Amino acid sequence: MRFWKNNKRAAWLWGVLLGTTFLGLGVAQGQLAVIWRKATMICMECIGIG
Amino acid sequence: MKRLRLGVQIAFTILTNGYAYGFASGKIYRGNLKYACVPGLNCYSCPGAVASCPIGALQALLNQKGFQIPFAALGFFFLFGSLLGRFVCGWLCPFGLVQDLLYKIPVFRKRKTLPFHHVLKYGKYVVLFLLAGAGSLFLFGGFAKVPAFCKYLCPSGTLFGAVPLLAANEALLSQIGGLFFWKLGILLFIIILSVKVYRPFCQYLCPLGAVYGWFNRFSLVRIQWEEEKCISCMACEKACPVALSLQEISRSPECIRCGQCVESCPVKCLHFTVKNAGTDRG
Repeated sequence: MRFWKNNKRAAWLWGVLLGTTFLGLGVAQGQLAVIWRKATMICMECIGIG
Repeated sequence: MKRLRLGVQIAFTILTNGYAYGFASGKIYRGNLKYACVPGLNCYSCPGAVASCPIGALQALLNQKGFQIPFAALGFFFLFGSLLGRFVCGWLCPFGLVQDLLYKIPVFRKRKTLPFHHVLKYGKYVVLFLLAGAGSLFLFGGFAKVPAFCKYLCPSGTLFGAVPLLAANEALLSQIGGLFFWKLGILLFIIILSVKVYRPFCQYLCPLGAVYGWFNRFSLVRIQWEEEKCISCMACEKACPVALSLQEISRSPECIRCGQCVESCPVKCLHFTVKNAGTDRG
Protein backbone atom coordinates (compact mmCIF):
# COMPACT_ATOMS: atom_id res chain seq x y z
CA MET A 1 0.00 0.00 0.00
CA ARG A 2 2.74 2.36 1.04
CA PHE A 3 4.68 1.52 -2.12
CA TRP A 4 1.76 2.63 -4.30
CA LYS A 5 1.11 5.74 -2.20
CA ASN A 6 4.74 6.79 -2.49
CA ASN A 7 4.73 6.05 -6.20
CA LYS A 8 1.64 8.20 -6.70
CA ARG A 9 3.36 11.08 -4.94
CA ALA A 10 6.40 10.66 -7.15
CA ALA A 11 4.36 10.29 -10.33
CA TRP A 12 6.03 13.41 -11.70
CA LEU A 13 9.35 11.59 -11.47
CA TRP A 14 8.00 8.70 -13.53
CA GLY A 15 6.78 11.30 -16.01
CA VAL A 16 10.25 12.84 -16.23
CA LEU A 17 11.81 9.41 -16.72
CA LEU A 18 9.28 8.55 -19.40
CA GLY A 19 9.87 11.93 -21.06
CA THR A 20 13.61 11.37 -21.05
CA THR A 21 13.11 7.91 -22.54
CA PHE A 22 10.81 9.24 -25.25
CA LEU A 23 13.26 12.01 -26.02
CA GLY A 24 16.07 9.44 -26.26
CA LEU A 25 13.99 7.34 -28.65
CA GLY A 26 13.21 10.46 -30.68
CA VAL A 27 16.90 11.35 -30.89
CA ALA A 28 17.73 7.78 -31.94
CA GLN A 29 15.17 7.98 -34.74
CA GLY A 30 16.46 11.35 -35.95
CA GLN A 31 13.28 13.15 -34.98
CA LEU A 32 15.06 16.20 -33.54
CA ALA A 33 16.54 16.79 -36.98
CA VAL A 34 13.04 16.71 -38.46
CA ILE A 35 11.93 19.31 -35.92
CA TRP A 36 15.00 21.45 -36.63
CA ARG A 37 14.45 21.34 -40.40
CA LYS A 38 10.84 22.42 -39.99
CA ALA A 39 11.70 25.14 -37.48
CA THR A 40 14.51 26.70 -39.48
CA MET A 41 12.50 27.29 -42.65
CA ILE A 42 9.74 29.87 -42.67
CA CYS A 43 6.61 27.82 -42.12
CA MET A 44 4.25 29.07 -44.82
CA GLU A 45 1.27 27.32 -43.23
CA CYS A 46 1.97 28.91 -39.86
CA ILE A 47 1.94 32.40 -41.30
CA GLY A 48 -1.12 31.74 -43.44
CA ILE A 49 0.45 31.60 -46.89
CA GLY A 50 1.07 27.92 -47.61
CA MET B 1 2.42 37.66 -7.01
CA LYS B 2 0.73 39.39 -9.97
CA ARG B 3 3.76 41.56 -10.63
CA LEU B 4 6.13 38.66 -10.23
CA ARG B 5 4.12 36.58 -12.71
CA LEU B 6 3.92 39.44 -15.20
CA GLY B 7 7.69 39.94 -14.88
CA VAL B 8 8.37 36.24 -15.44
CA GLN B 9 6.00 36.17 -18.43
CA ILE B 10 7.67 39.18 -20.06
CA ALA B 11 11.19 37.95 -19.30
CA PHE B 12 10.47 34.47 -20.68
CA THR B 13 8.82 35.87 -23.80
CA ILE B 14 11.86 38.06 -24.47
CA LEU B 15 14.25 35.21 -23.67
CA THR B 16 12.58 32.78 -26.08
CA ASN B 17 12.02 35.40 -28.78
CA GLY B 18 15.25 37.28 -28.40
CA TYR B 19 16.67 37.00 -31.92
CA ALA B 20 16.39 40.73 -32.61
CA TYR B 21 18.11 40.52 -36.01
CA GLY B 22 15.19 38.43 -37.25
CA PHE B 23 12.68 41.21 -36.63
CA ALA B 24 14.83 43.70 -38.52
CA SER B 25 15.61 41.45 -41.48
CA GLY B 26 12.36 39.48 -41.83
CA LYS B 27 14.28 36.21 -41.50
CA ILE B 28 14.19 33.54 -38.83
CA TYR B 29 16.83 32.07 -36.54
CA ARG B 30 18.45 28.92 -37.95
CA GLY B 31 20.72 27.86 -35.09
CA ASN B 32 21.03 24.68 -33.06
CA LEU B 33 18.69 25.80 -30.29
CA LYS B 34 15.83 24.95 -32.62
CA TYR B 35 16.50 21.27 -32.06
CA ALA B 36 14.72 21.84 -28.73
CA CYS B 37 11.24 23.03 -27.89
CA VAL B 38 10.17 25.80 -25.56
CA PRO B 39 7.45 24.80 -23.11
CA GLY B 40 4.79 27.27 -24.33
CA LEU B 41 2.97 27.89 -27.61
CA ASN B 42 5.65 29.87 -29.43
CA CYS B 43 5.60 29.87 -33.24
CA TYR B 44 8.99 28.82 -34.65
CA SER B 45 8.36 31.10 -37.59
CA CYS B 46 8.42 34.11 -35.30
CA PRO B 47 11.50 36.07 -36.47
CA GLY B 48 12.69 36.25 -32.87
CA ALA B 49 12.05 32.62 -31.88
CA VAL B 50 15.18 30.84 -30.71
CA ALA B 51 13.61 27.39 -30.23
CA SER B 52 10.76 25.28 -31.55
CA CYS B 53 7.08 25.14 -30.68
CA PRO B 54 6.07 21.79 -29.11
CA ILE B 55 2.78 21.61 -31.03
CA GLY B 56 4.59 22.56 -34.25
CA ALA B 57 7.14 19.82 -33.49
CA LEU B 58 4.37 17.25 -32.94
CA GLN B 59 2.82 18.15 -36.28
CA ALA B 60 6.16 18.17 -38.11
CA LEU B 61 6.71 14.59 -36.94
CA LEU B 62 3.19 13.51 -37.88
CA ASN B 63 3.62 15.15 -41.29
CA GLN B 64 6.42 12.75 -42.23
CA LYS B 65 5.81 10.04 -44.81
CA GLY B 66 4.35 6.91 -43.26
CA PHE B 67 3.73 6.92 -39.52
CA GLN B 68 6.21 7.16 -36.71
CA ILE B 69 5.29 7.61 -33.06
CA PRO B 70 6.34 11.23 -32.41
CA PHE B 71 8.63 10.29 -29.53
CA ALA B 72 10.58 13.56 -29.46
CA ALA B 73 7.43 15.68 -29.11
CA LEU B 74 6.02 13.28 -26.50
CA GLY B 75 9.34 13.56 -24.66
CA PHE B 76 9.07 17.34 -24.44
CA PHE B 77 5.42 17.07 -23.37
CA PHE B 78 6.24 14.61 -20.59
CA LEU B 79 9.26 16.56 -19.37
CA PHE B 80 7.59 19.96 -19.23
CA GLY B 81 4.24 18.52 -18.14
CA SER B 82 5.57 16.34 -15.33
CA LEU B 83 7.66 19.14 -13.91
CA LEU B 84 5.36 22.12 -14.42
CA GLY B 85 1.87 21.08 -15.57
CA ARG B 86 -0.12 24.11 -16.66
CA PHE B 87 2.27 26.38 -14.77
CA VAL B 88 3.64 26.70 -18.30
CA CYS B 89 0.35 28.30 -19.41
CA GLY B 90 0.17 30.68 -16.48
CA TRP B 91 3.78 31.80 -16.34
CA LEU B 92 5.72 30.89 -19.49
CA CYS B 93 3.49 31.11 -22.55
CA PRO B 94 3.86 34.22 -24.76
CA PHE B 95 0.32 33.97 -26.12
CA GLY B 96 -0.98 33.60 -22.57
CA LEU B 97 0.78 36.86 -21.74
CA VAL B 98 -0.91 38.58 -24.69
CA GLN B 99 -4.33 37.42 -23.50
CA ASP B 100 -3.57 38.47 -19.91
CA LEU B 101 -2.68 41.98 -21.09
CA LEU B 102 -5.80 42.22 -23.25
CA TYR B 103 -7.98 41.21 -20.29
CA LYS B 104 -6.57 44.14 -18.32
CA ILE B 105 -8.01 46.65 -20.82
CA PRO B 106 -10.79 48.35 -18.86
CA VAL B 107 -13.62 48.05 -21.37
CA PHE B 108 -16.56 45.64 -21.39
CA ARG B 109 -17.92 43.93 -18.29
CA LYS B 110 -15.47 41.12 -17.66
CA ARG B 111 -16.38 37.43 -17.64
CA LYS B 112 -14.26 34.57 -16.34
CA THR B 113 -15.73 32.02 -18.71
CA LEU B 114 -18.02 31.77 -21.72
CA PRO B 115 -21.61 30.51 -21.50
CA PHE B 116 -21.68 26.69 -21.84
CA HIS B 117 -18.18 26.63 -20.38
CA HIS B 118 -18.69 23.07 -19.11
CA VAL B 119 -19.05 21.92 -22.73
CA LEU B 120 -16.81 24.40 -24.53
CA LYS B 121 -13.81 23.62 -22.31
CA TYR B 122 -13.51 20.29 -24.13
CA GLY B 123 -12.88 22.18 -27.36
CA LYS B 124 -9.14 22.11 -26.73
CA TYR B 125 -9.18 18.30 -26.70
CA VAL B 126 -11.05 18.29 -30.01
CA VAL B 127 -8.42 20.67 -31.43
CA LEU B 128 -5.61 18.48 -30.07
CA PHE B 129 -6.93 15.20 -31.47
CA LEU B 130 -8.61 16.38 -34.68
CA LEU B 131 -6.38 19.26 -35.83
CA ALA B 132 -2.94 18.79 -34.26
CA GLY B 133 -3.25 14.98 -34.31
CA ALA B 134 -5.48 13.39 -36.96
CA GLY B 135 -5.48 16.51 -39.16
CA SER B 136 -1.71 16.48 -39.37
CA LEU B 137 -1.73 12.79 -40.22
CA PHE B 138 -4.45 12.74 -42.85
CA LEU B 139 -4.91 16.23 -44.35
CA PHE B 140 -2.93 16.84 -47.51
CA GLY B 141 -2.01 20.01 -49.36
CA GLY B 142 -0.96 18.69 -52.78
CA PHE B 143 1.12 15.59 -52.02
CA ALA B 144 2.38 16.73 -48.62
CA LYS B 145 0.65 16.45 -45.27
CA VAL B 146 -0.14 19.77 -43.61
CA PRO B 147 0.26 20.91 -40.00
CA ALA B 148 -3.48 21.44 -39.69
CA PHE B 149 -3.52 23.32 -36.37
CA CYS B 150 -0.84 25.78 -37.49
CA LYS B 151 -2.41 26.21 -40.90
CA TYR B 152 -6.05 26.69 -40.00
CA LEU B 153 -6.24 27.88 -36.40
CA CYS B 154 -3.15 28.96 -34.50
CA PRO B 155 -3.50 32.68 -33.68
CA SER B 156 -0.08 32.69 -32.02
CA GLY B 157 1.52 31.90 -35.38
CA THR B 158 -0.35 34.76 -37.00
CA LEU B 159 0.58 37.24 -34.29
CA PHE B 160 4.18 36.26 -33.60
CA GLY B 161 5.05 34.75 -36.97
CA ALA B 162 3.02 36.22 -39.80
CA VAL B 163 2.64 39.84 -38.71
CA PRO B 164 6.32 40.63 -38.01
CA LEU B 165 7.54 38.56 -40.97
CA LEU B 166 5.16 40.19 -43.43
CA ALA B 167 6.00 43.63 -42.05
CA ALA B 168 9.69 43.10 -42.74
CA ASN B 169 9.62 40.86 -45.82
CA GLU B 170 8.00 42.25 -48.98
CA ALA B 171 8.44 39.01 -50.93
CA LEU B 172 6.18 37.24 -48.44
CA LEU B 173 3.72 40.11 -48.34
CA SER B 174 3.03 39.73 -52.04
CA GLN B 175 1.96 36.08 -51.51
CA ILE B 176 -0.83 36.50 -48.98
CA GLY B 177 -4.29 35.24 -49.88
CA GLY B 178 -7.52 33.91 -48.42
CA LEU B 179 -5.86 31.63 -45.88
CA PHE B 180 -3.99 34.56 -44.35
CA PHE B 181 -7.18 36.57 -43.96
CA TRP B 182 -8.94 33.54 -42.43
CA LYS B 183 -6.18 33.31 -39.84
CA LEU B 184 -6.13 37.05 -39.32
CA GLY B 185 -9.88 36.90 -38.68
CA ILE B 186 -9.36 34.20 -36.05
CA LEU B 187 -6.63 36.26 -34.41
CA LEU B 188 -8.83 39.38 -34.31
CA PHE B 189 -11.73 37.34 -32.90
CA ILE B 190 -9.51 35.92 -30.15
CA ILE B 191 -8.08 39.37 -29.40
CA ILE B 192 -11.51 40.96 -29.03
CA LEU B 193 -12.82 38.03 -27.01
CA SER B 194 -9.78 38.20 -24.72
CA VAL B 195 -10.72 41.72 -23.70
CA LYS B 196 -14.05 40.40 -22.42
CA VAL B 197 -13.30 36.81 -21.32
CA TYR B 198 -10.24 35.56 -19.43
CA ARG B 199 -7.87 33.70 -21.79
CA PRO B 200 -10.47 32.25 -24.17
CA PHE B 201 -7.88 30.59 -26.37
CA CYS B 202 -6.22 28.84 -23.41
CA GLN B 203 -9.54 27.76 -21.91
CA TYR B 204 -11.25 26.51 -25.05
CA LEU B 205 -8.87 25.96 -27.96
CA CYS B 206 -5.23 25.50 -27.02
CA PRO B 207 -4.02 21.92 -27.69
CA LEU B 208 -0.98 22.50 -25.51
CA GLY B 209 -3.25 23.41 -22.59
CA ALA B 210 -5.07 20.12 -23.21
CA VAL B 211 -1.76 18.25 -23.00
CA TYR B 212 -0.41 19.98 -19.90
CA GLY B 213 -3.81 19.86 -18.19
CA TRP B 214 -3.51 16.09 -18.02
CA PHE B 215 -0.26 16.48 -16.03
CA ASN B 216 -1.79 18.89 -13.49
CA ARG B 217 -2.85 16.12 -11.15
CA PHE B 218 0.72 14.96 -10.50
CA SER B 219 3.17 17.63 -11.72
CA LEU B 220 6.05 18.58 -9.45
CA VAL B 221 5.09 22.26 -9.25
CA ARG B 222 1.68 22.44 -7.65
CA ILE B 223 -0.41 24.41 -5.21
CA GLN B 224 -0.55 22.89 -1.77
CA TRP B 225 -3.51 23.28 0.57
CA GLU B 226 -3.14 23.08 4.31
CA GLU B 227 -6.64 21.97 5.16
CA GLU B 228 -6.30 22.46 8.90
CA LYS B 229 -5.61 26.17 8.41
CA CYS B 230 -8.49 26.76 5.96
CA ILE B 231 -11.40 28.87 7.22
CA SER B 232 -13.56 28.13 4.12
CA CYS B 233 -13.94 31.82 3.29
CA MET B 234 -13.94 30.96 -0.44
CA ALA B 235 -11.69 33.93 -1.24
CA CYS B 236 -9.68 31.56 -3.45
CA GLU B 237 -12.76 30.65 -5.50
CA LYS B 238 -13.63 34.31 -5.98
CA ALA B 239 -10.07 35.11 -7.05
CA CYS B 240 -9.68 32.18 -9.45
CA PRO B 241 -9.75 33.65 -12.97
CA VAL B 242 -10.92 30.40 -14.55
CA ALA B 243 -13.77 29.94 -12.05
CA LEU B 244 -12.57 26.76 -10.37
CA SER B 245 -14.30 25.47 -7.27
CA LEU B 246 -12.65 24.83 -3.93
CA GLN B 247 -12.17 21.17 -4.79
CA GLU B 248 -10.69 21.81 -8.22
CA ILE B 249 -7.96 24.37 -7.61
CA SER B 250 -4.51 23.09 -8.62
CA ARG B 251 -5.60 19.55 -9.52
CA SER B 252 -8.08 20.47 -12.27
CA PRO B 253 -6.83 20.40 -15.88
CA GLU B 254 -8.15 23.95 -16.15
CA CYS B 255 -5.88 25.37 -13.40
CA ILE B 256 -3.11 27.43 -14.98
CA ARG B 257 -1.23 27.86 -11.68
CA CYS B 258 -1.54 31.65 -11.89
CA GLY B 259 -1.35 31.87 -8.11
CA GLN B 260 -4.25 34.27 -7.61
CA CYS B 261 -5.81 31.84 -5.11
CA VAL B 262 -2.52 31.78 -3.22
CA GLU B 263 -2.41 35.57 -3.12
CA SER B 264 -6.02 35.93 -2.05
CA CYS B 265 -5.97 33.48 0.86
CA PRO B 266 -6.22 35.51 4.11
CA VAL B 267 -4.78 32.73 6.28
CA LYS B 268 -2.10 31.60 3.82
CA CYS B 269 -3.27 28.01 3.68
CA LEU B 270 -2.48 27.84 -0.04
CA HIS B 271 1.03 28.01 -1.38
CA PHE B 272 3.18 26.90 -4.28
CA THR B 273 5.26 23.85 -3.58
CA VAL B 274 7.67 21.52 -5.35
CA LYS B 275 7.49 18.86 -2.67
CA ASN B 276 5.89 15.45 -3.01
CA ALA B 277 4.33 15.26 0.41
CA GLY B 278 1.33 17.13 1.77
CA THR B 279 -2.30 17.51 0.86
CA ASP B 280 -3.14 18.89 -2.53
CA ARG B 281 -6.05 21.16 -3.01
CA GLY B 282 -8.71 18.80 -4.43
